[in-house]
Amino acid sequence: MTFDKKLTVSASPHLRNGVTTTGIMLDVIIALFPASAAAVILFGYRTLAVMAVTIASALLSEYITVKILKKPGTLSDLSAVVTGLILALNLPASIPLWMAAIGSVVAIVVVKQFFGGLGQNYVNPALMGRIVLFVSFPAAMSKWTNALAQGGVEAVTTATPLALLKDLGAGTSVSELTAAGSLPGLWQMFCGVRPGSMGEVCIAALLFGGLYLLVRKVISPAIPFAYIGTVALIMLIAGKGDLNFLAYEIMGGGLILGAFFMATDYATSPANTKGRIIFGIGCGIITSVIRLFANMPEGVSFSILLMNILVPHIERITAVKPFGTLKEPKKKKGEAK
Amino acid sequence: MSLKRTGVIRKAAAKPRGGVAVAHHKNTADMPAERLPAPPTVILPMQQHIGAPCEPVVKVGDTVGLGQLIADSERPVSAPIHASVSGKVTAIGETPLPNGVISPSITIESDGEMRLFEGIAPPKIETKEDFIKAVRDSGLVGLGGAGFPAHIKLNTPPGKEVDTLIVNVAECEPFITVDYRECLDNSWDVLSGICTIREFLGIKNVIIAIEDNKPLAVEELKKLAANSCNAKQNIQVTVLKSRYPQGAEKVIIHAVTGRKVPPGKLPADAGCLVMNVASVAFVARYLKSGKPLTSRSLTVDGSAIAEPKNVRVPIGTDIGYIIEHCGGFKTDPYKLLMGGPMMGLALIGPNIPLLKQNNAILAFSANDRRTKTERPCIRCGRCVKACPMLLTPFAIARFARTDNFEKLEPLGATACMECGCCAYACPSGIPLVQYMRLAKSMHSEQEAKK
Repeated sequence: MTFDKKLTVSASPHLRNGVTTTGIMLDVIIALFPASAAAVILFGYRTLAVMAVTIASALLSEYITVKILKKPGTLSDLSAVVTGLILALNLPASIPLWMAAIGSVVAIVVVKQFFGGLGQNYVNPALMGRIVLFVSFPAAMSKWTNALAQGGVEAVTTATPLALLKDLGAGTSVSELTAAGSLPGLWQMFCGVRPGSMGEVCIAALLFGGLYLLVRKVISPAIPFAYIGTVALIMLIAGKGDLNFLAYEIMGGGLILGAFFMATDYATSPANTKGRIIFGIGCGIITSVIRLFANMPEGVSFSILLMNILVPHIERITAVKPFGTLKEPKKKKGEAK
Repeated sequence: MSLKRTGVIRKAAAKPRGGVAVAHHKNTADMPAERLPAPPTVILPMQQHIGAPCEPVVKVGDTVGLGQLIADSERPVSAPIHASVSGKVTAIGETPLPNGVISPSITIESDGEMRLFEGIAPPKIETKEDFIKAVRDSGLVGLGGAGFPAHIKLNTPPGKEVDTLIVNVAECEPFITVDYRECLDNSWDVLSGICTIREFLGIKNVIIAIEDNKPLAVEELKKLAANSCNAKQNIQVTVLKSRYPQGAEKVIIHAVTGRKVPPGKLPADAGCLVMNVASVAFVARYLKSGKPLTSRSLTVDGSAIAEPKNVRVPIGTDIGYIIEHCGGFKTDPYKLLMGGPMMGLALIGPNIPLLKQNNAILAFSANDRRTKTERPCIRCGRCVKACPMLLTPFAIARFARTDNFEKLEPLGATACMECGCCAYACPSGIPLVQYMRLAKSMHSEQEAKK
């Protein structure tokens, strides 16, 4: 028996498919490209600076943390780039650059690396970064510029469509607001000509990116469909069948961005389909409740955050039994144990 | 689609849950098995089956004929071993098996005559017991790769009723084409084997399950089914979508009958008997000739093999000898496999004897190296989606790594059949099958403690 040193001896399987973590992250970046490009067109070149700052500070803080914690480097998996980019798309175009950088540092250092790095964080890092900025700098984080505004991002500050809907008093209807010119038209909503975060406004670009992720099988349709479907259902009831109101609620705020790009984050969503549906429905309910009853026009970030925390419990109740496991016969009442 | 309209198929073959799509690479599909010249020596390990190893019944220096019994065991789960060449027993020693275990073995030097042992005669069979004994005497083990003694499988445990025989022609592992060739080249043996097994075991339904990437074999089997024993006892051919691991016992039972075999249970619990097509054909040949299992067909393929082909060789032939007769290595192999690329064993060298259950030898050059850098789990759920046994491999891997049996136990890792789908699909390159094995060994350790 000769031992052939040239032969590799390893456990089966001896084949691997071509999907890699880096490839998945790259796909997410590609899918975010239309929304990023739309942000540049709608809000001007300042958005590029914001994206550059969030991505660069995400990479830098990841590099420094893994060096200090003496962990293997993870820069090449592109996950920090994704976090930085998603955070940027969640910020107003007028955000001071240093604030944007703080958001990235919080996302990477506190939320991701402190909890064990890639795949171990229990809430979405970009989302947490946004929320930290939101509660720390409420003024800067609610300074919405209208898209395609003349005179740069500092020029006009307006209320978002959702904020307008929130203040919808008795007697005024959605169509009246549109007619008065205070609400953008539906077509403008779809194309992104309205105030809002850099990346959330252009629904067309987001859907394009979401479709790309679905086609590439990076995400499963369960979460976005359950999420958007639940919001649609509740808003249909809340608006007493007003389809106009429904359309504004679906396209307004960060729902599409959140449903396709943030709620679907692997580390912070359930890994099986049943759990994903429950997760999506939960996000939808909380979003709707915040929008309808809370003192805020928008609820996507908080709803995903809350559901992120519930993921271990969702996974526990939706745990699938191995193939063919027999259902335990129900114990009859009064039966001796 | 046209296949479904003929009415022979009872059930539209739905895409099975889980599994992965692997490239088929059935390069040797057009090549009938070629009989190789007898090797100068054969080494017959005493452990060529699941169960108790055999004890030699010959001595060094004995002259043996082809097909003569040389080793047997008293234990129920075992299969006797026969001389695969005629010649002289030169050594009773030890030899490494593909999985690294050292097994006692008998070495026979061939006299080059392949002289049949005088005692060989077709077995006389009247009852089911005779039939099962005959199958045991033939030394047959599952030829599809598992190597489970066939007589144990055929002997339905009391209290269980088997009403369906599934002939497994799925051959879902890439590269391997021997089962496909068996259908085309020995179709009458297949039919005769089916009829015999059905008759002696009193089985009502016979389903031949085949993947849709073998249209010629489907046609041949349908012709066969149409000509079968009699009109009432028809044989059904079910065409399944090609998907790995369609040929796994529990998966194929579910695909063709809709029945589920619970974890830890046997196919008989679902009323099914699954047999590899080559095993079925062998039963027919054995009953006709009385010649036990001494040779088998296998696929020799892979990018490092100069002339890929299907060959028929005596059991115990040195793998290096087989590769030499397939033109040797075209390039330096980086990996040498016994079995398919998904479940096969990587060998430490070419000097290992061929076992009864080995259906392929594959050698790959370094260009075909498929590895990924191992990164942390991102919980993407691809392993969960790929697992045909509905397990959660990433969680099992995590608790196996952290030695947390309390959390591991409810995940049911023992249902894992190590098909490799999870590791194939993992984007982070985590060796999930190894973790599954670790988890399974943790289960058996705890079992032993009880």
